[in-house]
Amino acid sequence: MADYLSLFVKSALVENLALSFFLGMCTFLAVSKKIETAIGLGAAVVVVQGITVPLNSLIVTYLLGEGALAWAGLQNVDLSFLGLVTYIAVIAAMVQILEMTLDKYFPALYNALGIFLPLITVNCAILGATLFMVERSYTFGESVVYGVGSGFGWALAIIALAGIREKLKYSDVPDGLQGLGITFIITGLMSLAFMGFSGIEF
Amino acid sequence: MELEHKKILLEPVVDNNPITLQILGICSALAVTTQLAPSLVMSLALTVVLVSSSVTISVIRHHIPSNIRIIVYMTIIASFVIVVDQFLQAFAYDLAQQLSVFIGLIITNCIVLGRAEAFANKNPVWPSFLDALGHGMGYSVILISVASLRELFGNGSLFGYKIFIPITEGGWYEPNGLMLLAPSAFFIIGLLIWAIRSWKPAQVEKPEHQIRVVHRTEAR
Repeated sequence: MADYLSLFVKSALVENLALSFFLGMCTFLAVSKKIETAIGLGAAVVVVQGITVPLNSLIVTYLLGEGALAWAGLQNVDLSFLGLVTYIAVIAAMVQILEMTLDKYFPALYNALGIFLPLITVNCAILGATLFMVERSYTFGESVVYGVGSGFGWALAIIALAGIREKLKYSDVPDGLQGLGITFIITGLMSLAFMGFSGIEF
Repeated sequence: MELEHKKILLEPVVDNNPITLQILGICSALAVTTQLAPSLVMSLALTVVLVSSSVTISVIRHHIPSNIRIIVYMTIIASFVIVVDQFLQAFAYDLAQQLSVFIGLIITNCIVLGRAEAFANKNPVWPSFLDALGHGMGYSVILISVASLRELFGNGSLFGYKIFIPITEGGWYEPNGLMLLAPSAFFIIGLLIWAIRSWKPAQVEKPEHQIRVVHRTEAR
């Protein structure tokens, strides 16, 4: 249990996907003007991350890895070169299924997430988490924790940035830094602050 | 070369740069730039994927059903990324290890999908090729300039050759460790944007909220 807690803190704060691995930056910078939209997108990322990372973990263990097809009697087959195309297909399919399910059974949540769900397919944070999971060979349990934790960390970062940017509207920024420039500087400062978490361990 | 083609090729390099103006493909631009060699490889890899996927999509653009086009693009892009990834694993194993997941992440690099959707699916092959090459160059210019700054001031070297000899090796330069950490990438790109926009004022964004100077007789 302590392992899982430690992994959660590590993935959410210490190795924050947005602020220390720069993943999902495009959406991070583009969709962080308002707190409400940031919360919607953050929630969508947590959900999709919590589903796709464990799912891809199962696929790697039982279909793609070296000797993973042993249960089907094919010991010597190594399909790991198909990894990238499979992961992205799984993510795209999951997002589509999630969208349809939410639309049918939870229309309120579907309307709240709105256009952010399809956008998530091309969010590098999602694919990035899967690739890190494969690279570090997490078990199924760990991959669930890692998926939810890293999604949570990303959501935390984008909501914090949106909060700062809402206040920033009223400040007098030099012309050339207006908009994108100052956002980069703020993200840099946030990333500096998040480095303070690097000592935390359970 | 016709004037219009030249414009398609050169516009994305500074005037319509994918990173500093269109906010596309930032993830990898920040992550791999601690050293010059991996950034050069990353720029090449992205340009190769971008050019080949744009050309492929442009060739088959009349045959892609429009409601499943995104999945078709993704499959084409992912296939090229796999080819590049396997190539690097085979011929430049150390660099491939250093770039770790970021080669795979070219799939979700918004520049590639963005050019497929915005340009290659509407235009013939030759302009699509030039457009992709131009965007690849725009991306590479930013990547290489950020990486040179970070490696030079963080390590005192370029491509691993010492330019500033650090104190630890008997020289005079005290390496700036922050340059090798995540925050410096954000700062450098932020300042780079400032520099480019001071040079090309047309790119300056309008403030959302205008600050008005109030005379003291108006203030209550």
